[in-house]
Amino acid sequence: MTERVRVSAVINGEPVEFLCEPRQSLLECLRDILGLTGTKEGCNDGNCGACSVLLNGRLVNSCLVLGVEIQGQEVTTIEGLAHWDGLNLLQQAFVAEDALQCGYCTPGMIIAAKALLDREPNPSDERIRAWLAGNLCRCTGYDKIIRAVRSAAAALATPRQEVSK
Amino acid sequence: MRPFAYEAPSSIATAVDLLAQGGERARPLAGGTDLLVQLRLGLREVDWLIDIKRIPELRHISYDPNEGLVVGAAVTCAELGEHPDVRRHYPGLWDGAGIIGGPAIQGRATLGGNLCNAAPSGDSIPAMIVLGATCTIAGLQGTRRVPVEAFCIAPHRTVLRPGELLVSLHFPPPQARTGACYLRFTPRAEMDIAVAGAAAWVCLSEDYRRIEAARIALSAVAPTPLLVHSASAALAGQVADERCLAEAARLAQEACQPIADVRGGIAQRRHLVGVLVKRALRGAIQRAKGELPHD
Repeated sequence: MTERVRVSAVINGEPVEFLCEPRQSLLECLRDILGLTGTKEGCNDGNCGACSVLLNGRLVNSCLVLGVEIQGQEVTTIEGLAHWDGLNLLQQAFVAEDALQCGYCTPGMIIAAKALLDREPNPSDERIRAWLAGNLCRCTGYDKIIRAVRSAAAALATPRQEVSK
Repeated sequence: MRPFAYEAPSSIATAVDLLAQGGERARPLAGGTDLLVQLRLGLREVDWLIDIKRIPELRHISYDPNEGLVVGAAVTCAELGEHPDVRRHYPGLWDGAGIIGGPAIQGRATLGGNLCNAAPSGDSIPAMIVLGATCTIAGLQGTRRVPVEAFCIAPHRTVLRPGELLVSLHFPPPQARTGACYLRFTPRAEMDIAVAGAAAWVCLSEDYRRIEAARIALSAVAPTPLLVHSASAALAGQVADERCLAEAARLAQEACQPIADVRGGIAQRRHLVGVLVKRALRGAIQRAKGELPHD
C-alpha cells in the first residue's frame, strides 16, 4: 500500500483533516473516509454527474479530482446545502416539483443547479438544460428537474423575509 | 487504480526536476479529466503524478494587443471562457475550448491538457492550429517552442520528451480583417466527442472580397489533429465565394484519413469534413467582416 498523505481542507464550511492515498478520488475520500455519502458514485468517469460537488465554488465531478488535490481548498457537497432549520430553496423546489424519482442523481443535480444559479440567477430553460447536460437522470425525463430549477430561481429572486420560515 | 506518488510543486524548475526524475513513469496532472479516467481504466500507468496547478505561470492568462494571448497550460476552459479578451479577440479558440464536456468538465479541463492528451478528436486543437498558436515547453536543458500543428505526433502521443513540461500556449495578436471558427459534428450538443470537426482561419483583402491567406485544420479524421496545407494554400488569393469554399472542402476531404469506429464511418466522416469545412470557412469570413457574433 502506498503511503497515505495528510490533507487539510474546508468542507461545507468546516475545517477538515484526513489521510488518503494519492490514488483515491475526492469522491472516495468524501464517502469512504469522511462519511459524506450524499455525493453519489455513478459512472466514475465524468459522464453522469452524480458525484458533482463545488470546488472553490466551481462545479466539478468529484470522481475526476484526487483527494490530495483539495489540500487548502474549499469543497461544498450536498450535505452543506441544508441549514439547521431545514432544506434550502433549491432542495425545497426539487421536493415541491417532484423533481426526483429514485433520487440517485438528485444530489448532483442540485449541486450543479446551485453552481448555475450562483452565477446566473435567472437562466432560461434552454440554459438550464445546457448547464445540466453533464447530469444524467434515468427516471424523470428532466422536465420536472428543469421546472424545479426555474422555480428555485424565482424563489431566490423573492425578498428573503417572504420565503424564510 | 494502481498506486502512485503525488507531488504539487510551486515552480516550473521543481516540476521539471520531478518529471525528469520520474522519466517515462511520471506525468504532469492538470485538470485530470482525461488522465484520471485513463489511469482508472489501466490505459496509462504512472509512478508519479506531478500536479502543475500550483505553479503560478501555468495558471495565468495574459493578453496584450501587441503581444497576443498567453494561456498557461493549467488554465481551465471555464477560466478561459470567463476572460473577456479571449471571448472577444479569439472567438474561434472559444468555439473549440468551450464545447469540451459540460460545465463540470469545463471547470477542471485545461487547454494544455486537451493538447497534451493528443486525442485525434481534441476540440481545441484545430482552432489553436489555425490561429497559429505556439507551445512553450520547459525541460532540464531550457525552454523550446513548437507550433501546435507539430505537437501531436500520433494518437495520445506528443513531441514532449520525458522530463518536459508544456508551460503555455501563445496566440499571435488578432489582425484586422481576420477571423476564425471551429465547428464539430456530434449526436449530442454537449458531453460528446467529435465525429468530425473543422477549424478555419482567414485573412481578407482590404475590400473584403478576396481571401489573402487561410488555414484549415481538422479533428477526428486522422491520427492527429490535421493542418490541411493543400486547402489552406488553394484559398490564398481567391475571391471568397462558394466555388472557392467548395474547392477547399474537396481538398480537405482528400487530405483527411478517417477511420470507422463507434462514433462514425469513413464515408460519413469524409462527408462531414466537406460540410464542416465550408461552414467553418463561412463563419471565419463572417467574423473577419465583423458580421458574426463572437459566441
